[in-house]
Amino acid sequence: MIGLSSYLTLGAILFSISIAGIFLNRKNVVVLLMCIELMLLSANINFVAFSHYLNDISGQVFVFFILTVAAAEAAIGLAILVTLFRNRRTIDVEQLDAMKG
Amino acid sequence: MIFTDLVFYFFAGMLVLAGLGVISSRNPVHSALFLVLSFFSCSALWLLLQAEFLAIVLVLVYVGAVMVLFLFVVMMLDINLTQMRQGFVRYLPIGALIALVMVAQMVWVVGPAGPDVFSGEQLAQAVQLPADHSNTRELGKVLYTDYVFPFEVASVILLVAIVAAIALTMRRREMTKYQTPGKQVQVRKADRLRIMKMDAEGGE
Repeated sequence: MIGLSSYLTLGAILFSISIAGIFLNRKNVVVLLMCIELMLLSANINFVAFSHYLNDISGQVFVFFILTVAAAEAAIGLAILVTLFRNRRTIDVEQLDAMKG
Repeated sequence: MIFTDLVFYFFAGMLVLAGLGVISSRNPVHSALFLVLSFFSCSALWLLLQAEFLAIVLVLVYVGAVMVLFLFVVMMLDINLTQMRQGFVRYLPIGALIALVMVAQMVWVVGPAGPDVFSGEQLAQAVQLPADHSNTRELGKVLYTDYVFPFEVASVILLVAIVAAIALTMRRREMTKYQTPGKQVQVRKADRLRIMKMDAEGGE
């Protein structure tokens, strides 16, 4: 029987996959951004599942706002990426050490 | 096993496989396409959860706009793939270990074997809404009354994102020739025209 815990488990699995993706693709900024999108998606699955099983529409309103902020974040992140590539001709994270961090 | 269970397992399996494809593809274009597949599967799951408006928004906004933007950028950048893959094998054990530990911890809490908070009787069976129930209408009612101020803030965030993205990526090329109408209007006769007195040649 599919219940709330099935959806929460799915969200947990997806979140862990994206954590692993951040570990594995730590040189490629594009894939890092995609992993962040996947993480937000797993959080949204939890919100929608709780909204359905608690019969409360507020969870879906939150998903709406998360989608808005994620779209803004993706746009700005990709703009920074394009500027970065224009200046440095690389998107390797390890070569981005101008600030000596 | 009823039909909705089958639908859930099909799309959940596809979502997990697509997520694995995103993080393990050699080519970032393939990663973006796998991400599109995972968004589609997720929107099917949201339809199963009777969140129809958000499912459509996920496909329209995410697949139609954000992922197309991702694909544009990935194809525009000239990425050295072999260099990008360095460290993949090296970090594979630690990454897989951390992911497995995290998934075990979270499933322990929220999974079917976890505490009754998430799998109790009152949550096992959700209220099935009637067929003429409009999810969009309900969401709109709440969004434009209780959440109208956050809604405005969200629109301001989008505006800031537009301005920031354009300001970051726009550049003036040095070589391009362009007119400045203000300077053209302000120009005086003395700036352009000079009358010189000269003796006529071979006068006498």
